[in-house]
Amino acid sequence: MTEFSEPGGQPLIVDDAESGVFRVNRLAYASDELFEREQRSIYDHCWLLLGHESELTEPGDFRIRTLALRPLIFCRSDDGRIRAFINSCPHRGAELCREDAGNRSIFHCMYHSWTFKNTGEVHTVRAEDGYTGGFRREDFNLKEVPRLESYREFVFICFDPDAPDLTTYLGNAARYLDDLADQGGNGMEIVQGTQLYAARANWKLQMENVIDFYHTVPLHTSYFRFLESTGADISGGVGGAGYDLGNGHSAVHFKAGWGRPVARWEPRWGEAEKHRLEALRADIQSRVGPERAEMICDWDCNILVFPNMTVADVVALVVRVVNPIAPGLMEITKWALAPKGEPAEARSRRLHAFNTFLGPGGFATPDDIEVFEGSQRAFGAHRELAWSDFSRGYFGEATRPEAEVQSDYEGQTRAFYREWARRMNAQVTNRTATGTPREAAAE
Amino acid sequence: MTAKASTANDITAADLETFLYDEADLLDSWRLEDWLELFLPDGTYEVPTTDAPDGSPDTALHFVADTMTVLKGRVGRLMSPDGYAESPPARTRRFISNVRLLEADSGTIRLAANFMIARMKKGAQDMFIGHYDHLLKVVDDGELRYQRRRSVLDLEALRPQRSVSIII
Repeated sequence: MTEFSEPGGQPLIVDDAESGVFRVNRLAYASDELFEREQRSIYDHCWLLLGHESELTEPGDFRIRTLALRPLIFCRSDDGRIRAFINSCPHRGAELCREDAGNRSIFHCMYHSWTFKNTGEVHTVRAEDGYTGGFRREDFNLKEVPRLESYREFVFICFDPDAPDLTTYLGNAARYLDDLADQGGNGMEIVQGTQLYAARANWKLQMENVIDFYHTVPLHTSYFRFLESTGADISGGVGGAGYDLGNGHSAVHFKAGWGRPVARWEPRWGEAEKHRLEALRADIQSRVGPERAEMICDWDCNILVFPNMTVADVVALVVRVVNPIAPGLMEITKWALAPKGEPAEARSRRLHAFNTFLGPGGFATPDDIEVFEGSQRAFGAHRELAWSDFSRGYFGEATRPEAEVQSDYEGQTRAFYREWARRMNAQVTNRTATGTPREAAAE
Repeated sequence: MTAKASTANDITAADLETFLYDEADLLDSWRLEDWLELFLPDGTYEVPTTDAPDGSPDTALHFVADTMTVLKGRVGRLMSPDGYAESPPARTRRFISNVRLLEADSGTIRLAANFMIARMKKGAQDMFIGHYDHLLKVVDDGELRYQRRRSVLDLEALRPQRSVSIII
């Protein structure tokens, strides 16, 4: 595969460690050709979050979902196994499962009335005696997604039969999923109610945003002002540090002045809740030890699992998948993950905190979307204004002590784009000596 | 606003229509601080998610589930220059129909109505289609006030509508 560059020969990434300059060519957000290449180079090969095992509790439970532009049936088969099938009749293509969710042992195709077991085998072929010669029933089993593996009940799929296993793929990100899964002594569950929304912008803008701690205070001032008005102490900012976890994954740890449902108490929650959270913390400590308990209880964390999964473990626990639909359109799905058996009052408070800040009806997400869409409109001018900058904290990065890394230093974003470029085989230059890339692009 | 009645039992469907039309005018003209006056001190504003329209705010994730403290913060944000999603504000136009008085028992009125709200901004036209499931009370001066203002979207998803940054 030849290196991929802008038609004018400009590279897609400038990564100059010596002068501490990192830039992404805005063509990457706007080009149909690059979008198609992302589908083939990234989405056909990476592990992608499909759902959570708690969404399918009984044999026969199913949900339909679209991921990487494929319509899928996500189900727990009668043999208890979780599977993912392409939601299309292997006979002639009709959409097989037409409800959003339900429970079925047999999927029935409306077109010619073929039926299929929820384990995938073709069950009945109507008037089968009309098929002779080379017809083989087994050619018409449901098409299963090549790979499906769970990690701590997070169900991932991969369309590449030869990809490394999920645990290898997750690498250092796996322990972050451990910290989520261990919040509940009885396991975790997806809460009823899904935030299904969209933005008319490139999917990478959303991925950048989740680990962009340079924007948090300036863009979301109105939310922080509201928080302060309710008594939260956020005068110290959010602090923290960003981490490149390898394979394009990253995490930002921080401590904001808000309470955490597991298990950082706020005075306005009352004394009874203080005692409950102390007991919860002790329970977590006994299960995972004091070091991990501190991470789970005291630290807020945003996580990016390459390419399109994010987690915000903050005032509530948000799991999000970002689905690229076109260069300028993404669909976003947000779930609330919570400990099974959480007391009603704590569950209610968690959900209210989620609604207020974190969703498309909240105090912050609509402003992020406003930024994404305005940026996307401007990317039509990528020939004139070619580069977006991610250089913050880059100069001197290699020798910086870990304790001096700041959450807004953007090393985590550079990690995302390096993995993007590696998988895309995109042209990367480390030379900025002949002038800034922007000047070069205008020639 | 214009409804004048002494008890919930005196309220007619026509009073409810007038109330909703006047409210729509407040919202479309971005007079949101006046709009806040339509709520009881313990009122709520709710928008459930599209896949759990019957969910309770205590047990199901919502798009919006505001107590009055949060709703006042929301209006403050919407009217502020740094409430960026609606600053400058979108053009909106609301169409409200099929207004029905479902119940007026024990002082609480349950109202049903249909809505179409168009939001226009930056070349995009988004239509929010749904129905209201409101609970209202008549206060001492005969005015109607929200106990619960619940806007249930009939959309399958906020796609491509993107967000509920306006009051719907």
